This record gives sequence, structure tokens and C-alpha cells, in this order.
Amino acid sequence: MRAYYFTEMPYPHYPPEVVEALNSQRVILPSEYLDPKAAGELYNRYLDEHEYADELGLDIMLNEHHQTPTCIDSAMPLAAAALVRRTKQAKILLLGNPLAHRDNPVRVAEEMAFLDCLSDGRLICGFVRGVPTECHPANTSPPLTRERFEESHDIILKAWTTHEPFNWEGKFWHYRYVNPWPRPLQQPHPPVWIPASSADSIPWIAERQYVHATFLLPYQAQQKLHKIYFDTCAELGLPEPGPERFAHLALVYVGETDEKARVEGEALMWYMKAVRHMGFWNPPGYLPPEASARIMMGQGFPEPSWEDANNMGVVIWGSPDTVIQKMRKLHDECNVGHMLMMMQAGFLQTDMVRKSMRLFAREVYPAIRELGEPAAPAPQARGG
Amino acid sequence: MLRAGQGPQLLVLHDYEAAGHWYPYQSALAERFTVLAPSHPGFGTSERPEQIEIMEDVVYVYLDLLEELSGSFNLLGLGLGGWIAAEIAVRCSHNLHRLVLADSVGIKVSGPTEADILDTFIMMDRDELLAATWHDPDLGAQRLTLPGEPDLPYETLVAHIRGRESALRYGWKPFMHNPKLRQWLHRISVPTLVLWGDDDRVVSPAYGRAFQQAIPGSRFQLIESAGHFPYLEQPEQFVAAVTNFLSEER
Repeated sequence: MRAYYFTEMPYPHYPPEVVEALNSQRVILPSEYLDPKAAGELYNRYLDEHEYADELGLDIMLNEHHQTPTCIDSAMPLAAAALVRRTKQAKILLLGNPLAHRDNPVRVAEEMAFLDCLSDGRLICGFVRGVPTECHPANTSPPLTRERFEESHDIILKAWTTHEPFNWEGKFWHYRYVNPWPRPLQQPHPPVWIPASSADSIPWIAERQYVHATFLLPYQAQQKLHKIYFDTCAELGLPEPGPERFAHLALVYVGETDEKARVEGEALMWYMKAVRHMGFWNPPGYLPPEASARIMMGQGFPEPSWEDANNMGVVIWGSPDTVIQKMRKLHDECNVGHMLMMMQAGFLQTDMVRKSMRLFAREVYPAIRELGEPAAPAPQARGG
Repeated sequence: MLRAGQGPQLLVLHDYEAAGHWYPYQSALAERFTVLAPSHPGFGTSERPEQIEIMEDVVYVYLDLLEELSGSFNLLGLGLGGWIAAEIAVRCSHNLHRLVLADSVGIKVSGPTEADILDTFIMMDRDELLAATWHDPDLGAQRLTLPGEPDLPYETLVAHIRGRESALRYGWKPFMHNPKLRQWLHRISVPTLVLWGDDDRVVSPAYGRAFQQAIPGSRFQLIESAGHFPYLEQPEQFVAAVTNFLSEER
């Protein structure tokens, strides 16, 4: 099992009463509430923590969102470029490039190939459709996000693997000479990871033998999705997937004792207490009408308590022994081979984050590292 | 397609919040006209064939339909339906007799930082939506079915969301308008009446006047004490204005 350090790079210093008044944390919170000086300090602090992860032998995960204080990493390839130059061993997982919202897929192919060359092949390339709240910042039509994601993906994969100019006249994008320099170092292309939480997304991922990631999903939901992945492989005569094909993201805090972890780590729950404007979170057409209606009738998204989230595997906190036990459970029961650890959120200060990272690296990681097979660099390297 | 009445043909193209219903203003119009009220592709009971993706597709679906109608017809376009009606009228008017647009979207009037058309799609709260779209929101609560209504059947809610999704397919970007439409409105050669709720805050009366001024020989008339849905809020005034105009001799 491999472990990846992750923070969304929050900017938590905004007035909560403004968010309450707007009924939205995202999209429309005026940028006047961001102090650029403080943002600069936070960027440096968060990148330092990622570098520390490399020193501790962990891998690194980045993501991006737009127009939100929950995540000021609004240009993930820039953060990745900064980290590639300052880290030595860590895999750099970008999870992911929001393909429905990037207007130029060839540019994405170029950026990722650049990072792959620069990092000597340490890139893991994630692609995401983008959460609903990304539709308004990028002004992408919600009903078109899935189709745009798929066409953009097809262009990028073709751009990476066709080493001469080609023509692309599709539905959303039209090029006559696609021929990006550089091309990726890893062959045939960098590993591709896709997060998904709905059943109908899984066969597409499984058919392509990509790594499937779940974000903050309970154990049972993971198992249900993974079963679809296994079934798709069986139907298509593809090799049975091992744990290297499944990643799970949880909020993680390791303390000296369970009690200390419970008290110190609860600051991570800041991330779960979102003020969600349904106009941005449930725009017509992002989900099928039936699913959208169910959200409207349920009046939004449930917000679990710290204890409930712990029981579901959405947060993992405790002493090193407790955390080992919970990550073993994820491996044994959910076939998880990549542990994506959101170890910083909200106001959790750097000394606490680093202590938790240190405890993880020294006392947890050695006990879980050998679980399952080591992550293979490319799916076809594994036997049937 | 809903159909009732006798007399000259009147094709009514609905707005995005009001598909698939038969309202009192339509019954009143049916006393003088043969009222034809289709649902746009992806609204009400109409399927949306996969290849119907953008506004231009919808316009050609209606141009096909109009070729099948025999004889001349009048066209009444409401809100989103007004946009469709204007797109039809700039392309083809050989069997179009008269045109009425009400609180129509479809053109760009102001500068880039001014939103001419209010984004009601982010308004998931019924009270917020009624306050933004009606002169008298209490009347709106009685006359327009919206999500958030107590005891709204699940199927009605799903149908409503499906309509909003279709509206966004046709009008997400540029938002509810065709940047090139205004420059071609001069091609509308039939007598045209532009009606507007005097308290419409989705598209203002000033926007309505700009729409009207781009159509040669057209007239503009306000409906008093009405928001974005004057045909629902003030049906008597609205029906009288439409009936008088359509009954005039050329």
C-alpha cells in the first residue's frame, strides 16, 4: 500500500458571517476577503508540507478547485512544477485535471508531458469531470460535462501516444495539427487515475484499466463500486484487478494516543462543514434529473459527525496502532492499495500536521507498506 | 402538442418554467383562435432526440413543424419561446401572419459586465424564485408550479428539472441569447407586437424596448402590474392585447 500526503490548500481566514449571508462558500464569496499576502504565506507553507512528505518517504497528491476558500490551489500544474523541482522520490499525483472545464485539452497534454519529463517519470495523471461547483467558475454547461470529459480525455491520450501530427475534428474540439512537444517520458503514457462515486462511471474506468479513486466514501459504497470494476473486468476478459487499481481518500490524523488524535484531529472536520448553495451544487443537468430531484427532496447533502465519519472510513484518526488497523481494514475489505491522506484542512496548524505526518511515516507506514503488491508502474506489467 | 379552439392558427411557444400545462390565458385565446401549444424538445411530455442539442436545432425542429401546418399562422413566443419565435421569424416568414413576443430572451443589449438576463437557474428556493419573477409572488405561488411546493409529486419535480436541463443545453453559453440575433431582427417583415411585464426583473422593459426597436415597424406595449409571466399574472390584459393585435387588418 502506498501513501500520499494531501491538502486542498484552504484559505480559512474569511468572515463566516459573509458565507452565511451569501449561503455559499464557493463561487460568489468576494475575493476582497482574501489577503494576497496571507495567501502567499499559505502557498509556501503548504508546499513546504508537501516537501516534508517527500523527506518522510511519502508520495504527494495535489488537486485544484476554483473560486473557493476551501482550495486556493487554482492551478494545480503550477504547484506540481514547484514541487517537482524540490522533491526527489515522491510520486506526484495530480487528481485531477478538470477536463470538462479546461478549454484546451492539447495544452493539458503538454503540461502533463512537461511535468513527466521534468520529474523523470514521477507523474501520476488524474482526470476529473469536476464537481458541480466548477461549472459556474468555468462557465461549462452542466449537461455537457461528461461528454466534454470523455472527448478531452480521448484527445490527450491520443496526443501522448501518437508521435506525429494528427487531425481531430470532434464535437467540442477541432484541431488540424496536434503534435505536442514534449511527449511523456513514461511509456506508453503516465498512469491515469479517475475518481468516481457513481456506479455508471465505473465501467469506463475499468475498461481502460485505470486506477479508480473514491473520495470520502464509506466502506460499503467503496465495495459496491469496486464490485462493478471487478465485474467489468471479468466480462471483458481483463485480468482481475489487484489493490494497485484502487485508491481511497480519507481525512487522516495520527496522534500519540486515540484520545489525543480525537481532540487534535477534529480540526479536520472543518472540511466537512461546508455551506452549500444548491444552485451551485445541484445545477440542472449535472446529474440525471432523478438524482437531482432526490437531492432536492432530501434538501441537500448529509453532514456526518466526527464519530460517524470515523466509523464509515471517511476519516481515519487514532494512535498509530488504531490507524494501522483501519488502513488494514481498507486494504482487506475494500481492496485499497493507495491511501490518499488529507492530513490538513481548515485551521490545522503546521506543527500538528507535521507531527501527524511524522507519526504516520515512522509508526504506521512500515506496518502497511507491504500490504498487497507494490504499485505497478503500468497495468500491463501485472500478470493475469 | 396541446390544441384547442377554432379560428386562425396561433402557435404558442412556452417559457422554460411553464411547459406542458394548459393555462387560463390559453383557454381565453382559444375562444378566437386555434391554439397550438407544443412542448419544446426536452420539456413537458416532449422527448429530446439526442441530436437536438443547441438552439439552432430547436429552431429547425419548429421550422419542420411549420411546414407541416397548412395555411398561415400567428406566432406567440414567451420568454425562452420568444427567443425561438424570433429565430424562426428571421429565417422564414412566408406563412407567418403576425408575431407577438412577450418578455423574450435571446439578444444581447448591454455591455459585457451587465447581465441582461437574470440567472434564475441558481434559484433553488421557491420563494426566492417567485420574488424574482413575479410582481405579486403570492399570486405566483398559486399559479405556477415550482420545485419546493408542498406535496409536489416526484414525477412533476423530475419533469421540471428535465425542462431546466434542456433550457441550459440550449442557452447556457452565451447565457440565454444568440449574440448574432439582434443584427438580423431587421429581417422580420410581419407585423410584430412586443409585450412586456412592467415589473419584469428577469429581462427588463428597457431590454424589451431594445428588442422591439430592432424589429422594423413593430410596436411595444407594457402589461401593468406583471413580472416575467404577464400571461399568468395578468391574463385579461394580456389576452386583450394579443387578441386586438392579431385581429387587426394588415
